[in-house]
Amino acid sequence: MDKASNTATTSFTLDGEAVQCDPATGERLSYSLRERLSSRDVKIGCNAGDCGACTVLVDGAAVCACLMPTQQAAGRRVETQAGLVRDDPIAARLAESFQNHQAAQCGICTPGMMVSAMALLRQVPEPTPEQVQDALGGVLCRCTGYRKIIDAVVDTAALAGAPDGSGAVGSAVRRVDGLAKVSGTEAFGDDIAPPDTLVLRVIRSPHAHAGFVLGDVEEFVTDSPGVEAVLTAADVPGQNRFGVIPGFVDQPVFAERTARFRGEAVAVVIGRPDAMAAFDPESFPVTWAPLDAMATPQQALHPDAPPLNADLPDNVMCSGFVLHGDPKKALGQAEIVVAGTFTTGFVEHAYIEPEAGYATPVGDRIEIHACTQAPVMDREALEAILGWPASRIRMVPTATGGGFGSKLDVSVQPFLALGALKTGKPVRMAYSRRESMQSTTKRHPAEMSARVGATADGRLCGFEFHGDFNTGAYASWGPTVSVRVPVHASGPYRIADYRAEARAIHTNCPPSGAFRGFGVPQGAIAQESLFDELAEALNIDPLEFRIRNALGNGDETVCGQVFEQGVGIGACFEALRPAWDAGRADCDAFNKTGGHLRRGIGVAAGWYGCGNTSLPNPSTIKSGLLPDGTFVLHQGAMDVGQGANTVIAQIFAQAAGLPLEAIKLIGADTDVTPDGGKTSASRQTYVSGAAALRSGEALRARLLALVNAGPEAAIRAENGELLIEDGRQIHKVALNRMKPDTDGYVVAACETYDPPTDPLDENGQGAPYAQFGYAAHLATVEVDLHLGTVRALGFTAAHDVGQAINPLLVEGQVQGGIAQGLGMALMEEYLPGRTENLHDYLIPTIGDVPPIETLIIEEPDAHGPYGAKGLGEHVLIPTAPAILNAIYHATGVRIRHVPATPSVVHAALKEARHG
Amino acid sequence: MSYYAPTSLGDVWPLLAEGEARVVAGGTDLFPTQGDGPPPSALLDISRVDGLRGIDHDDDGWRIGGATTWSDIVAAPLPPAFDGLKAAALQVGSVQIQNVGTLAGNLCNASPAADGVPPLLTLEAEVALTSAGGTRRLTLTNFLRGVRQTALVPGELLTALHIPRQPTGALSSFVKLGSRRYLVISIAMVAAQIWLDEAGRIGGVRVAVGACSPVARRLFGLEQSLIGLRPSDLVSFSMASDALDTLSPIDDVRGSAEYRRAAVERLIRDALGQAVERSDG
Repeated sequence: MDKASNTATTSFTLDGEAVQCDPATGERLSYSLRERLSSRDVKIGCNAGDCGACTVLVDGAAVCACLMPTQQAAGRRVETQAGLVRDDPIAARLAESFQNHQAAQCGICTPGMMVSAMALLRQVPEPTPEQVQDALGGVLCRCTGYRKIIDAVVDTAALAGAPDGSGAVGSAVRRVDGLAKVSGTEAFGDDIAPPDTLVLRVIRSPHAHAGFVLGDVEEFVTDSPGVEAVLTAADVPGQNRFGVIPGFVDQPVFAERTARFRGEAVAVVIGRPDAMAAFDPESFPVTWAPLDAMATPQQALHPDAPPLNADLPDNVMCSGFVLHGDPKKALGQAEIVVAGTFTTGFVEHAYIEPEAGYATPVGDRIEIHACTQAPVMDREALEAILGWPASRIRMVPTATGGGFGSKLDVSVQPFLALGALKTGKPVRMAYSRRESMQSTTKRHPAEMSARVGATADGRLCGFEFHGDFNTGAYASWGPTVSVRVPVHASGPYRIADYRAEARAIHTNCPPSGAFRGFGVPQGAIAQESLFDELAEALNIDPLEFRIRNALGNGDETVCGQVFEQGVGIGACFEALRPAWDAGRADCDAFNKTGGHLRRGIGVAAGWYGCGNTSLPNPSTIKSGLLPDGTFVLHQGAMDVGQGANTVIAQIFAQAAGLPLEAIKLIGADTDVTPDGGKTSASRQTYVSGAAALRSGEALRARLLALVNAGPEAAIRAENGELLIEDGRQIHKVALNRMKPDTDGYVVAACETYDPPTDPLDENGQGAPYAQFGYAAHLATVEVDLHLGTVRALGFTAAHDVGQAINPLLVEGQVQGGIAQGLGMALMEEYLPGRTENLHDYLIPTIGDVPPIETLIIEEPDAHGPYGAKGLGEHVLIPTAPAILNAIYHATGVRIRHVPATPSVVHAALKEARHG
Repeated sequence: MSYYAPTSLGDVWPLLAEGEARVVAGGTDLFPTQGDGPPPSALLDISRVDGLRGIDHDDDGWRIGGATTWSDIVAAPLPPAFDGLKAAALQVGSVQIQNVGTLAGNLCNASPAADGVPPLLTLEAEVALTSAGGTRRLTLTNFLRGVRQTALVPGELLTALHIPRQPTGALSSFVKLGSRRYLVISIAMVAAQIWLDEAGRIGGVRVAVGACSPVARRLFGLEQSLIGLRPSDLVSFSMASDALDTLSPIDDVRGSAEYRRAAVERLIRDALGQAVERSDG
């Protein structure tokens, strides 16, 4: 009888070593590798073969470890990122190349990318970009826009791409935190907990709106082997509410009696890992009574619609308003007026790392390790939920595998804290992809109408905008969206007569929150599309029209704010001119040949105010010198892939007069690092950077003062000795003779920066931001007139960043933002209950993002560190309208809804032909 | 809780007969459909069964074993009549999926958007369903009964695909329409096969369309109408108004029914054009 084993013990070779484990039947190889064999470099992003993060080599072939029963690996050779980089010289080179090109941003997809690349590189040592795309097509990345990954794999053999910067501000250097990402040692939210930790699973509403009754929960616990506890609203000792904006703290940790959106949590089950791996959520005792649900603002605004929140009878959560001049009169005087209605759908952040974390009780405190963009805000939420003082709660952010706005809100944190509290034991949880998509925030769908006028000589003359934003069942960052949109909907242009209003409307949808741009990208679609229509009506070149109306130094914004310096949008447009002229000519030449493929080029701009709107927004940066001569930077600005660890360190090093490599970073652990503020609103380079600059300068001044050295003196420390070289004189200070402070530093500095802003009045007039950043994109597309498919052929992106701290990081942000903008424009739409996975919800793959040329414009800002401005959100704002304008140029058809899927484009083409 | 990985077919039958274990080969459909629910209590892994993986060829045609992966198809030396199947193999999910996913699994999963079905329809493939009692052969059309429905009965395993000898000089192609470059679930897809007669005219055509009906379909009427045309006519032949009537596309997140209908017409022309182009190379 040659029947193979039906015992559980499975033996195979893992990264060169013989291993054995005892998986449960049907256990995924990814789970066994991570939880039984310590290979946490294998990441889980979807458990469905959609994202490729868990890619390993089995007998040399790339497979998704989440799709292979562990027993199927018996007797085979399994290789993971960490083992490959350790043992295979090609992989070691690949890791170097990834670092050289900054091909890893957050790093969560990096294992899958590198392992997939290894399957190729072993066969084809010097692949073409196309071969790389084919080999890596099964791995999704949400940060990089893929181009740096392609560059890195292509450059593996040559290693010709090492950045040669010194580390000074303005120089391109590798990420200071890159090694862990490329070697498989980076620890994300689900990589911290010991394997035997109790596991939490959330019970969620399957209905968009439903009453519910919990059954006998105690009996369920007793009758379910391995289940230790259940959490419900009754287990919340403080307030069963969280939120991110004072006055809008409305979301329950656990719904009470009524669930208001599909995926809302009603309970948590806590059990041993084996029991929870086999747990069937259907077995939980809860009875649902589905209710009518409001899916759209239109339904929610109906006079008969029931209020979703008893305090808001009309379901209008809040609104924002800006009025400048007399738009009605101006539109009446305009030579040309264009108008249009534009709609956008829910967009999912789709970071490859689902929310995850680990909590442990420590004495009378709780420590929570989780991925996040805002550890101090997380702690504030938990203070209220637990009813505890901040001193009893420690947030230790893990590496965060992408955020893009959604990881500003708490997700797993309250469950983890309550679970640790209830059981008195360490607990862990990781959202499934479905949970992550169902329950965390989305980009607001928008219904926008606008009218814009211009004079015969092409000057803007009157602008009116109204937008309704579907804010879902709870507030989250909806108030911010409704404030931001009217302030930004003008774009970076001179518009004397302007009125804009935005409303956030409650529906039975997942909460809409922060997503790269806070509603500004939606508004830009309406505004930039209409500007193209105006230019055409006036027979003015679209770029020329924008240049003519671009905001300049000394011009008033629609909020009445005047920047005497730092307005770089004109320079962005001018920088695009050569590519624009060449691109127009290329497209026209291509289209003259006829055929069903048509090319077009489109331009669009964007601006974005960095930091909170008219609200305090400080960052604090602490630094110090240890007795052993180590310079320590408490880097509290969460790096979620965008590169704050490197940027803040470069700024600090420059200010302190130290080499970048001399700086040791300590992360945003709330016990030891002051609040760097949230990673949001494109504020970290600017605000935390400004604090880092001040901290560096203060530390330097204190060090120089020790020996009364002049301001030009050079500082270094070695072997416990501080050496200050002042001209020809070298002062030596024995650090171990100095008395350390309570943190252990012999010299320390702690500085805070808060951007100067002023409140907005009832007409939205004031000084909402201390600085704006500016951007303009060109998109070139090819449209298949038969199929309605749109392929992006290339982008040129001009960004005024004031001062590029690290040009390579700027490029990475630009490319990643454009990839997200492209997804929003062409393919992404989250539909509750329908696209709750990464094969129905489509994000761009490595074959969808064309080459991107980044033009860095440096119009220094008076407030930013070394003149630097924020960038994180600007990179996405012009992309979608540039693509829509390119589609128009190619086809003569204007698309006013995104995503412009092939079906949508085809219908519009057909209507234009027959209409 | 048990995991069975028999190495001979003889050992498969008693396990199948118990009916408890779910069959797994590549796992590329099994695990995604599990969602957030519990794993199956028993699995029958057929990937190690002797003789079940691989492609054989004799005078009657080809036999593709039930554990043969998409990557096996890509790597196999096969005549141009299989170019469409190879093109489909290269577009199933990703390399990761192609390395473990099997053709047989793709058929048993019976998705309307299964990439393998249109090219296998143009190859006039049959499936061998084997049980302890013997083997029966069904055409693909008889095997695929509807959305997620097949003719498999308890105790049976899809052990092989049989592909008959193909017409002399047959050329083939496959085109797939999606909203992105990789990891595509089809909005629509078309497989085509063409062979020319001695006069250089179209001697025979097979066209199959996927993702536009519960089960992918051959378009026999259209095929008949193309016989006798010159290859150059395929660019602009007039398609009968009822040529696509056997399709029943639906509206879903990937596209509207109307769009699918319009796109399919274009995809058919593209597929035919691509198949004929191959005659030059």
